[in-house]
Amino acid sequence: MNNGSPSAQDIAIDVKGLTKKFGDRAVVQNLSMQVKRGSIYGFLGPNGSGKTTTIRMLCGLLTPDSGSGTCLGYDIRRDADKIKLRVGYMTQRFSLYQDLSVRENLEFVARLYGLQNPRGAARDMISRLGLSGREEQLAGELSGGWKQRLALGACTLPSPQLLLLDEPTAGVDPKARRDFWNEIHALAAEGLTVLVSTHYMDEAERCHEIAYIAYGNLLAHGTVEEVIAHSALSTWNVTGDDLNPLAAELDGKPGVDMVAPFGTSLHVCGRDQAALERTIAPYRESGKWHWQKSEPSLEDVFIDLMNRSKDNFQ
Amino acid sequence: MSEIASFAPSREARDTFGFWRRSYAMLLKEFIQLRRDRVSFAMIVMIPVMQLLLFGYAINTTPRNLPSAVLLQEDSDLGRSILKAMENTAYFRFTREVHTVEEFDNLLQSGKVLFGVEIPRGFERAVRRGDKPALLVAADATDPVAAGSALGALGPLVQTALEHDLHTGDPPNMPFEIRTHARYNPAASSRLNIVPGLVGTILTMTMLIFTALSVTREIERGTMESLLSMPIKPVEVMFGKIIPYVLVGFIQATLIISIGVLLFGVPILGNVFMLAVLSTLFITTNLSIGYTFSTIVQNQLQAMQMSMMFFLPSILLSGFMFPFAGMPVWAQYLGEGLPLTHYIRIVRAIMLKGATVANLQYDTIALIALMLLAMTIAVTRFRRTLD
Repeated sequence: MNNGSPSAQDIAIDVKGLTKKFGDRAVVQNLSMQVKRGSIYGFLGPNGSGKTTTIRMLCGLLTPDSGSGTCLGYDIRRDADKIKLRVGYMTQRFSLYQDLSVRENLEFVARLYGLQNPRGAARDMISRLGLSGREEQLAGELSGGWKQRLALGACTLPSPQLLLLDEPTAGVDPKARRDFWNEIHALAAEGLTVLVSTHYMDEAERCHEIAYIAYGNLLAHGTVEEVIAHSALSTWNVTGDDLNPLAAELDGKPGVDMVAPFGTSLHVCGRDQAALERTIAPYRESGKWHWQKSEPSLEDVFIDLMNRSKDNFQ
Repeated sequence: MSEIASFAPSREARDTFGFWRRSYAMLLKEFIQLRRDRVSFAMIVMIPVMQLLLFGYAINTTPRNLPSAVLLQEDSDLGRSILKAMENTAYFRFTREVHTVEEFDNLLQSGKVLFGVEIPRGFERAVRRGDKPALLVAADATDPVAAGSALGALGPLVQTALEHDLHTGDPPNMPFEIRTHARYNPAASSRLNIVPGLVGTILTMTMLIFTALSVTREIERGTMESLLSMPIKPVEVMFGKIIPYVLVGFIQATLIISIGVLLFGVPILGNVFMLAVLSTLFITTNLSIGYTFSTIVQNQLQAMQMSMMFFLPSILLSGFMFPFAGMPVWAQYLGEGLPLTHYIRIVRAIMLKGATVANLQYDTIALIALMLLAMTIAVTRFRRTLD
C-alpha cells in the first residue's frame, strides 16, 4: 500500500516501532506510520485503542518507551520544543480556558507562540471563525460546535505545519461537523498536514488516507479504497422480512464472521468466501429474502478488523 | 409494558428503606473514593499526629534556656557568680559574650538573644564597699510571654544563689540593685507583639492557597494538556503564576500593616521601605512554596490539605504563638525551615525595634534560600509531559 518511498521532504510524520506502556499494559505497540505532507490522514480505532496516546507521543506530550521517528523532520524524542512550535494540537476534551473570553483565549495562544501582533492575530481569527460579535463571550459559555471551532482556531492561529486533531467532532451536530470538515479541507489545501482521529465512518471517507489502530496495533492503512480492497471481505446485503431471526441463525455459522443489521437490511460478511457461500446457500434458495452481493462498507471492514484483533491481542 | 407496570408498585413499597439504601450507596461510594485518594488518607492521620506532637513536645509557654548575652566591663569572681546563678535558674543561657555596647544592642535588635546582662566596671569593688551598684538586665520584651517569667524569677533567685558567696547573712539587704529594662515593648502589651506576627501568619495562609491550587486547577479543568503542547517552559509557567499574586500579597500586607498601625497603635520604628521589600520577599517565598505543592499533589483537595500541613507548624513553631527560644532544639531547627519564623523576626524587628538591614541579614538570606529551594523543586517537579 506504500507508494514507493517518498522523500523526507514530502513526509510530515515518520515513526517506527513506537511503543508506550502504562504500567504493564502496552497502550501502543510497535506502531509505524508515515503521513505525507499536505494530506488529511484519518486515524481510526475503537475507544482505548491508543489513538490519543499515539498523538500525544507525536507532539512530545508523552515519551515513547521505545521506537523512534520524526515529526516535521524533528526527532520526537529530542526536539519536542521545536515540534511544539510548529504543531497545533487539538485535545479531545475542550482545553481552552472556560473562564477567559474568546478573544482572551486566542490572544493568550498568540502570545505564547510569540506572534508579532497578538491582538491583530486574534481579531483576524475571530472573523475567520465567524465569531465576530461574540469575542467577549466566555469560552465556557459557547455551544459544543462553537467550542470546537474556537479550539481549531486556537491551534491554527500560530500557522502550524501540522495539525493533530483528537476526535475533534465528538458530540458535535452534523451541520457543525460538516463545516468543521470543510475548514479542515481548506487548511489542507493551503498545505497543512492534518492527522485526525475519529469514530465516524463518514469522516474517515473524507480523508486522503486512513489508518486503523486497535489495541495499540496498526492493523490497516492506505486510501479508503485500498483498505476495503485489502480486507478481502465478502459481503452480502439481505433485505426482506424477519431479518432478526435470520441474523440470530446465521451468527456464528461457519464462514460467517459478522452479521449486522443496517436499517431495513442485513450485512452478512465473511473472510472465507467459499465457506460463507456454502452456509448461506440454503437461505438464498428459500426465496424468503433478497440476497445481493455488495462491497463491504468501511464500517464492516473495521468491525471485522476489531473482532480479529481481539482474538490476537486479548 | 405490563411487566414494567407490575414492577413499579414493589419498588414503591420498598421505598420505606429507600432513604437508608440510597444513603448507604452514597456512603459506600465516598469510602471507596477516600480510600483511592492516598494523599488525603495520609493527611487524615498526619494532621492530628503532627499537631499533638508539636503541642505536646515543642511548645512551652514558660520557656527556659533563653539565649542571653553578657556585656562584661570587668572580669570579677562576683560577676561570674551572678551569671552562674542566673544560669542556675534555668531561664537564662549565656550564648554570647561581648565587650562593647554596640555589639550588645545589635544582638538584642537582631533577635539573636532575648536578654542582655551588663556587669559594669568596678562592680565587685562597689559591692564590697556597700554602694549597692546597679546590674543592668535588658530584655527583648517584644514577646511578653518569653520575657515575663524569666524577669520575674530574676530578683529572689539570684539573691538566694549568692548568699553563701557573699556571706552577708542578711537576705533582705541586696548588696546590689538589679535594674531590668524591658526594651521595645515596655508596657508588655501582647498586641504589639501579635499584630506584626499576624501580618506573617495571614500572608502565609492566603499566599500558599493561591498558588497551591494553580497547577492542579489546570490539570482538573483539562487545560494543562493544551498548555503543555504549546511552547512554554516550566519556569515561565511558574513566574506567570506567581507574579500576579505578589501584587495581591503586597496589597494584603499593606492593608494588614495599615490596620495594625491605625487601629492598634503598633509603631513602625524602622524603615518602611525595607519592610516593604522584605515583605515582598516573604510573599514570594510563600507563593513559591504553594506553587511547589501544586506540582506535587494530584488534585485541589490534596493541595488544600498540604497547605494546612504546612500552615499548622508555621503557626506553632515560628514563634508566632509561642516563644521560639523556649522550644527544644529539634523544634527550633524545624522552625528555621519555615519562612514565617524568619519573617516574624524581621517584621517584629523592623516595626518594634527599628532594626536595620545589618541586623536582619541572616533572616533575609534564609528567606531567599527557602524561596530558591522551593522554586528549584517546583521547576524540576513540573511535568513537561503527561507521562
